[in-house]
Amino acid sequence: MLRVEKVSKTFYKGTVNEKVALDNVSVQLAPGDFVTVIGGNGAGKSTLLNAVAGVYPVDGGEGRIYIDGRDVTKMAEHQRARYIGRVFQDPMLGTAAGMMLRENLALAARRGKRLGLKWGLPAGETAFYKERLRALDLGLEERLDAKVGLLSGGQRQAVTLLMAVLQRPPLLLLDEHTAALDPKTAEKVLQLTEQIVSENNLTTLMITHNMRDAIAMGNRLIMMEEGKMIIDLAGEDKKNLTVARLLEAFEQVSHKSFTQDTALLSK
Amino acid sequence: MSLVISTISLGLLWSVLALGVYITFRVLNIADLSVEGTFPLGAAVAAALIDKGAAPLAAVAAAAAAGMIGGALTGLMHTKLKIPALLAGILTMIGLYSVNLRVMGKANISLLGMDTMYSRMEEMGLSKEVAVLAAGVLVVAVIAALMYWFFGTEVGMSIRATGQNPQMIRAQGVNTHHTILLGLILGNALVAISGALIAQNNGFADVGMGIGTIVIGLASVIIGEVLFGARSFKNSLIAVVLGSIVYRAVIAAVLKLGMSPNDLKLLTAVLVALALSLPLMKEKILAAKGGGANAAR
Repeated sequence: MLRVEKVSKTFYKGTVNEKVALDNVSVQLAPGDFVTVIGGNGAGKSTLLNAVAGVYPVDGGEGRIYIDGRDVTKMAEHQRARYIGRVFQDPMLGTAAGMMLRENLALAARRGKRLGLKWGLPAGETAFYKERLRALDLGLEERLDAKVGLLSGGQRQAVTLLMAVLQRPPLLLLDEHTAALDPKTAEKVLQLTEQIVSENNLTTLMITHNMRDAIAMGNRLIMMEEGKMIIDLAGEDKKNLTVARLLEAFEQVSHKSFTQDTALLSK
Repeated sequence: MSLVISTISLGLLWSVLALGVYITFRVLNIADLSVEGTFPLGAAVAAALIDKGAAPLAAVAAAAAAGMIGGALTGLMHTKLKIPALLAGILTMIGLYSVNLRVMGKANISLLGMDTMYSRMEEMGLSKEVAVLAAGVLVVAVIAALMYWFFGTEVGMSIRATGQNPQMIRAQGVNTHHTILLGLILGNALVAISGALIAQNNGFADVGMGIGTIVIGLASVIIGEVLFGARSFKNSLIAVVLGSIVYRAVIAAVLKLGMSPNDLKLLTAVLVALALSLPLMKEKILAAKGGGANAAR
């Protein structure tokens, strides 16, 4: 469903600040895979997600990105959007605050479609939005005409999640989407994530700082460091994973003890 | 009485400019200085055409088209060439100064005694005063209705979302270069129409008539929002039109009280600076009292 082949990304190329954020990374996700990606600050997790989403072009050369069999390497961010649902770390980024909940959903319902001069809020779509909002169980189905800026961070993140999957995208990208929420709200949003991903059988790539979440969720776990994937566990290995085993695996692979910046990962 | 009517009429004609500024400043969230060039451009195109005997309505339509080109230039510089919006607007504004001189062939075209939109209506038996008022009401009603419709369509919604959160709307598959371009084109079309209407009312077009128009537009938008609210898009449109009328009333009042017309631009600038800093000052006052929601910032 997603195939990343030999992709590299270097920031500030040719300057003293040159930083290789992705170093010849290849990874393939089968349909329905729910992959959690973990790693310290600067490990390349977000760069990987942004490269797939098309926020910036990857380094030239043989690097290729395929979604659902299509080569999207050269596509602009808005062109790829039709294949990708995205939720950002900052709950403010996924929605337009000054627009009604209804309007935000209507835009998501038209993602990747040709927009025309038809009325943007046909009355016929209300029932559909209400039904999908009801599934979130946050009471938002009664607040379709409220401006999204009036909702809490957790509610906005839940709405963004719903917007991302409203059209059942081939690929769902979650960029530390609970990191900015309080623990209780984060828990709720993670629950919703699991529910939505499994109901729709979505191919998902989820970045997290939280080892427990990375271990508890999904069917596959990837750990990144210095722009490379250093651990990739699936199936039984992933199911039986614990924080202790993951740390052990990390120390074996990197020949380092789990300290300093890698310790930024929260257990 | 006649001062009241003429103030309202003038406010209506200027409110077309304010609606254009509303599109760029509020909807797109861009301070677009092209306005200072497209306003006199609209006046120049309309005056030059009327001077050559064109029908007044056709002249206004041509002015709108010219304004669109001006807005498109700013939009292309901003999106395709990555020039900051403020600078792109300034470049258009400066460039258009020369263009406006070319269009008119001189610095000033007088329309006295010529066939204008208002003289056409006078021929139908209206006084000049009522003709301008009727034209103003008609034009503003049509433009506001069209804006309400357009910004409720799929494309219009995507333009509004672009101004609010470009990252979000790109993730929803919209090319923000296109939406920004479209917004600037529409905004400057309205600005140029306003220039064409004002020139016909004044009886002349002048190459210097654009100076300070962005501030007049901003003042109208802000006064309208403060006095009449911005709860919904429809509410905002009405507020901007009323704000423009209030602004004209303030100008008429201070002139009546003996203020020199030369000081008007300073007054307007101070008003806008105060209004723009209002949210920050409110927050600071609340913070000082220790009770503000954002006191920690």
